[in-house]
Amino acid sequence: MADKKHKLLEVKGLTMDFGGLRAVDSVSLEIHEGEIAALIGPNGAGKTTFFNCVTGIYNPTKGDVLLHPKGLKTRRLNGLKPNKVTEMGLARTFQNIRLFQEMTVLENVMIGRHCRTKSGIFRSIIRDKSVREEERQIVETSYRLLEKVGLEDFANEFSKNLPYGAQRRLEIARAMATDPFLLLLDEPAAGMNPQETDELVHLIRKISSEDKIAILLIEHDMKLVMNISDPIYVMEYGKKIAEGTPQQIKDNPKVIEAYLGDDDDA
Amino acid sequence: MEYFLELFFGGLTRGSIYALIALGYTMVYGIIQLINFAHGEIYMIGAFVALIVAGICTIYGLSGVSILILAGIVAVIYACAYGYTLEKVAYRPLRGAPRLSPLISAIGMSIFLQNYVLLAQTPDFLPFPRLIPDFAFMEPVAHIIGSPELVILITTFVTMILLTLLIKKSRVGKAMRATQQDMDMARLVGVNVDRIISLTFIIGSALAAIGGVLVASYIGQVNFYVGFLAGVKAFTAAVLGGIGSIPGAVIGGLVLGWAESFAAGYISSDYEDVFTFGLLILILILRPAGILGKVTKQKV
Repeated sequence: MADKKHKLLEVKGLTMDFGGLRAVDSVSLEIHEGEIAALIGPNGAGKTTFFNCVTGIYNPTKGDVLLHPKGLKTRRLNGLKPNKVTEMGLARTFQNIRLFQEMTVLENVMIGRHCRTKSGIFRSIIRDKSVREEERQIVETSYRLLEKVGLEDFANEFSKNLPYGAQRRLEIARAMATDPFLLLLDEPAAGMNPQETDELVHLIRKISSEDKIAILLIEHDMKLVMNISDPIYVMEYGKKIAEGTPQQIKDNPKVIEAYLGDDDDA
Repeated sequence: MEYFLELFFGGLTRGSIYALIALGYTMVYGIIQLINFAHGEIYMIGAFVALIVAGICTIYGLSGVSILILAGIVAVIYACAYGYTLEKVAYRPLRGAPRLSPLISAIGMSIFLQNYVLLAQTPDFLPFPRLIPDFAFMEPVAHIIGSPELVILITTFVTMILLTLLIKKSRVGKAMRATQQDMDMARLVGVNVDRIISLTFIIGSALAAIGGVLVASYIGQVNFYVGFLAGVKAFTAAVLGGIGSIPGAVIGGLVLGWAESFAAGYISSDYEDVFTFGLLILILILRPAGILGKVTKQKV
């Protein structure tokens, strides 16, 4: 079935070396339209490095990162600056929260919209009529996104004053403000309590179904992963060791070994 | 009491100029953690350009305030071009290098620009025309605050309000604040960080040029070295207020201006600079982060 769907992201043989350390070792994966995919693996497996290579923070040593936007021609992302990658339609969040703390919740989201606006620096200072109109639309869109993540009542709070779970949701709203068709979430449920995690699952489903945004997430909460993602990719020591449906992953001996260590009795 | 007021306004005028220049230091530092030592030279170049334009205007028979405005505009444009180029040539190639490298590059640019003006113009002091006339309505209070002081105060005040509006309200200002808080994250939400850094240098240079023109026409002379002391004083103001903080730069500038003015007026004008730098040392001992600066923990 996956073959019929449009392929959005294609990573081929991605390798990232830091000096003598191979953090990611020829990893390939594909994300298709409508998927909620997960990338799992023990700590230090290279998952975040993989994300950093895809989003332009690192320039990969080897391999290709190809983006296939629908109806547009394929773009190779290697070596592009992060702001270009974002303009291509790929957004992400971080493992540790990285909001603009001294800005309001609304401003945090608005800033994500700016890469989708046309008027340049000079005109934004002059503020002619079309700029003001554009600004009004940005505010409107931003409010809609805040409603989606349930933060519209906090629009004018400083983002540092939000509770933890809300800060995570704001990060997602900010990423969505850049109008992505693929969203990378790095441990979105880290540090959340069970209720916050449930809300998050709901939100991720909503983004996938309503906004038609494909999602790739890194997560350690296995219940969450097995619950919402298909397919699942597993990494260990920089290598991809398995991929498949949740059931296939659960039954895969390699995965069990990676998580529980060698079984001496076997 | 009148003497006190005279010193008060004298200090306010000085302080507002220091603040104007200090804003350039603090904005650049806030974004790329670099002390732009060549900032004082941009101020000096602004004054020189204004002098040249004023000379030409005088030949064509313009007078007073119209020359000041025209010379100011040309000086600002020129200084912006210098600031933009400076960043592109001396700092951008060193992005990602250890923090000491761009600092040394900045000192190098400062010396280079001084010597360039020295050779291209003259090592002597040049007289700068008094462009600000004495307004008749200022007559009754002229012994406390003169017309030039008034013009300086109004100009700096308006400039600072415009800057605040730009940073607080406009889209570019938002991008600047975002870049200051987390440069990588700003990139990831699509902010073109390189452009924002260029813009920061351009704005800082414009402020320095405005300061340069105002001071030159107030004091009545310029030479290639005026940027150095002005730069060091403004840098002191920025550190005093807490480097990286925009309100801090304004407060630091005013505190420094008053301290100098009162110390010179009540104690001795010979020791003016001693008070300036004594104050700097005192602040660094008692409150290393500056008046409004936040004590930041080094992330490990």
